[in-house]
Amino acid sequence: MSSVAIPQPALVDANAPLLEVRAVAKRFGLRDVLKNISLDIASGEFLTLLGESGSGKTTLLRLIAGFEQPTTGEIWMSGERLDTLPPYKRRVNTVFQNYALFPHLSVRDNVAYGLRAQGTPKKEIPSRVNEALNMVKMTEFAGARPSRLSGGQQQRVALARALVNRPQLLLLDEPLSALDANLRKQMQSELKALQREIGITFLFVTHDQEEAMALSDRIALLRDGALEQVAGPREIYARPSTAYTAQFIGQTNLLRGEIRRSIATCGVLRWPLEGEDGPVIFSLRPETIRLCPDGKRQTHEVKFRGSIRQQIYGGASELLEVDCGADQLLRVRLPACGPLTSEHDFVFSIADAIRVVD
Amino acid sequence: MYSRAYKTIVSAPPLLWVTLFLLLPYALMFAHSFWAVQDDVLVHHWNLDNYQKLFTNPLYAEVLFRTMRIAASVMLCSLLLGYPLAYYLSFHSGTHKELLYQLVIVPLWVSYLVRGYAWKTILGSEGVLNGFLQYAHITHEPVSFFLYSPFAVILMLTHIYTPFVFLPIYASLEHIPRPLVEASQDLGASPFSTFFRVILPLSMPGLLAGATFAFVLSLGDFLAPLLVGGSSGTMIANIVQTLFGAVYDWPLGAAISVCILLLTLSLLFFTQRLEKRWSFK
Amino acid sequence: MSRRTPTRRSPLLAIYAALVFAFIYLPLAVLILYSFNRDGVGGFPPQHLTLDWYRQLFADGPIWDSVLNSLIVASGAVALSLTLGLLAALALDRASFPGKALFRRLVLLPLILPGIITGLSLLMFVVLSGLQLSLLTVFLGHGTALISVATTELFAGLQKTDRAQEEASLDLGATPWQTFWRITLPNLKLSLIAAGLLIFTLSMDEIAVTFFLIGRDNTLPLEIWGRLRRGITPEINAVSTLIFAVSVALIIIWYRIRMRSIGAEAKQLLERP
Repeated sequence: MSSVAIPQPALVDANAPLLEVRAVAKRFGLRDVLKNISLDIASGEFLTLLGESGSGKTTLLRLIAGFEQPTTGEIWMSGERLDTLPPYKRRVNTVFQNYALFPHLSVRDNVAYGLRAQGTPKKEIPSRVNEALNMVKMTEFAGARPSRLSGGQQQRVALARALVNRPQLLLLDEPLSALDANLRKQMQSELKALQREIGITFLFVTHDQEEAMALSDRIALLRDGALEQVAGPREIYARPSTAYTAQFIGQTNLLRGEIRRSIATCGVLRWPLEGEDGPVIFSLRPETIRLCPDGKRQTHEVKFRGSIRQQIYGGASELLEVDCGADQLLRVRLPACGPLTSEHDFVFSIADAIRVVD
Repeated sequence: MYSRAYKTIVSAPPLLWVTLFLLLPYALMFAHSFWAVQDDVLVHHWNLDNYQKLFTNPLYAEVLFRTMRIAASVMLCSLLLGYPLAYYLSFHSGTHKELLYQLVIVPLWVSYLVRGYAWKTILGSEGVLNGFLQYAHITHEPVSFFLYSPFAVILMLTHIYTPFVFLPIYASLEHIPRPLVEASQDLGASPFSTFFRVILPLSMPGLLAGATFAFVLSLGDFLAPLLVGGSSGTMIANIVQTLFGAVYDWPLGAAISVCILLLTLSLLFFTQRLEKRWSFK
Repeated sequence: MSRRTPTRRSPLLAIYAALVFAFIYLPLAVLILYSFNRDGVGGFPPQHLTLDWYRQLFADGPIWDSVLNSLIVASGAVALSLTLGLLAALALDRASFPGKALFRRLVLLPLILPGIITGLSLLMFVVLSGLQLSLLTVFLGHGTALISVATTELFAGLQKTDRAQEEASLDLGATPWQTFWRITLPNLKLSLIAAGLLIFTLSMDEIAVTFFLIGRDNTLPLEIWGRLRRGITPEINAVSTLIFAVSVALIIIWYRIRMRSIGAEAKQLLERP
């Protein structure tokens, strides 16, 4: 474990969350950008704020950083009120989307900036700066100016500059969005490993759901300023609570239908299901649908026949667009199997049709 | 992409004009400084007498230093007024920014003469300021040093050049990406500290440009002293002007002009080097 | 979403800024106020407000002659400076030739040098060439000195234009000459107007260079200057106020033009599919 692991402040209750967002709302002019957000972040966790542009995720980040004030609500950290403090008094540091490195300072001076501004003893500074640069593997660039660095390198420096201050919480505002795909993947795994190693709590903002799933301990999905669902990646994928979540994260088939006398009917599909009569929506992931070569279905399964409208090859898998009749199209993901003929039988387990709300 | 004919047509006329009407005149000025006047007639007799006169007669040095002091004061005062104004507009003015900016620009379009004349009417013994002071019973007699003094020249030129100094500083400040200011505060620097560590260094090019502008133009100004300077506020350019006017000694006047020119050019050169050092892209 | 740094509103700074504004505008306000003062240019407070000085101004022949002279010179200066400035900007942008660096500095010199130096140099040149001092020499002086303004503005405008447009024009079969008239020049419209307004204003106000090149016919600033020597009356306040009003009108016009063109650009961007 690296020596940079920060000593967590002694909490009254070891299980108490590090950051508490309590009923925070933010209004800009006539627009409610954030509506009544309550969220707890545990110490040492990697939490991602996920959402489209305009969902409010960056605003929430900026409220925690201190660049905006909540219209209503409070933010607490380590048992003390946070939102009344100016940004330069919070034990929170930010990695900005475009890095915001100071162009007139060298890499070393950029990293040392926070230490100097807070009056760290001069003797301590060089060793801490070197430690931080080591952590992001940028030691050989210590004397360079930011303008000479590539995007990925600048990003590392921005990270070091934030971490050297040993914040209780690190905020990352879509830090990887300016990088190209390969570099992005590489940085994702490096970030994840880094966070595990030093144990600092990360609050990460992104609109890329794959990135969120790869990196996070928990994902907070934001939609139009409200929390849609907060859960770990596996849970949010396997058990989305709303139709929006099911569609935003991964791909899905949204089946709309109704339950009548313990039978669920969605278009041509029907299966037995306990529940009150009324309209119903299901999320059915494409990969949970399989080919049924022998045409036999088991009791817990639903079978249907469909003709293949489109087959898109994806290397390891195929994505099929299947016409089940009566204008009902389903997407099916199969392991690579070569081109298929037009009509086939398909099955899926009833349990895989997850009930969601609108 | 551009043919030789195109490039020639485009370069030749301005090149010729500038050579004829700028290069040649400046060269003529230079040449004149080495000539002399005998019996009220210009004689093309090459000599260094004029420069010798300049360096040995203490009068010229005295006026030159007074001019430089005035120019430095104008530069300093304009900066003290213009920089905070630019800072306020750039960082604190919110929705009114564009309107306030236009309001600062308006006086620039108003005649130099008009503004100088305004001060003349305000500062005199019978002027508005004295009238107001006596009306408010702050003084009982007219204060005379307001007008016809170096103070009046500095005041008038500061008034003229503050918007000039404001412009490049404002442009520089606007160019500073706001995330840098946020990053600085995020890292623990107070707004005060942020100003000195981030904003000021990054606004240096604009500051240098504005300061140079104010200094150089004040250095060569001859109208302000004539309007409000009196005899104690005479500047070096006035001496040149009289040498070309009542006192018919063009060569000496040319020599002083050449000195002003060289001084200006070296200042510009020096600040350009400084600006390069301070500009970070 | 607005991204504004939360500036703890600094009241001290706001007060200071207000004071600076006051410093800039107070003398002008006083000037305008006293143009209506019956009892002269000084004293306090102004009583007996009157329009007499304006009546005197409008009957003042020499002033209006000088206004006409200034207008003639300014128009000529705009034409000359814009033409040469445009060519110079094109040359700096597209051509390379020996002495280009020197040329660029030379063109910009009158902008940064005190006017007296440029004025005197041109005077020596005029004397050498045997020309009489007159409005012509003033026109030559203004036109030459203000090339720098035109060049700077037009060069910046050229840098902003999309080079690909000209390439497309040539690709589609237009000659360089046609391309210049149909593509390059229209793209520079805004810069040309800006430069033109600025040159016009600077020429109308020019004193330092004009001082040494003036003949028998006065320009407006020099006419006022001459009056000042003889003694100050609120009539000068009146003409100053009018100059101020015209300047403000010019800025408003300029502002409207700019806003309209920015609005048109923005509309274009928004309407893109």
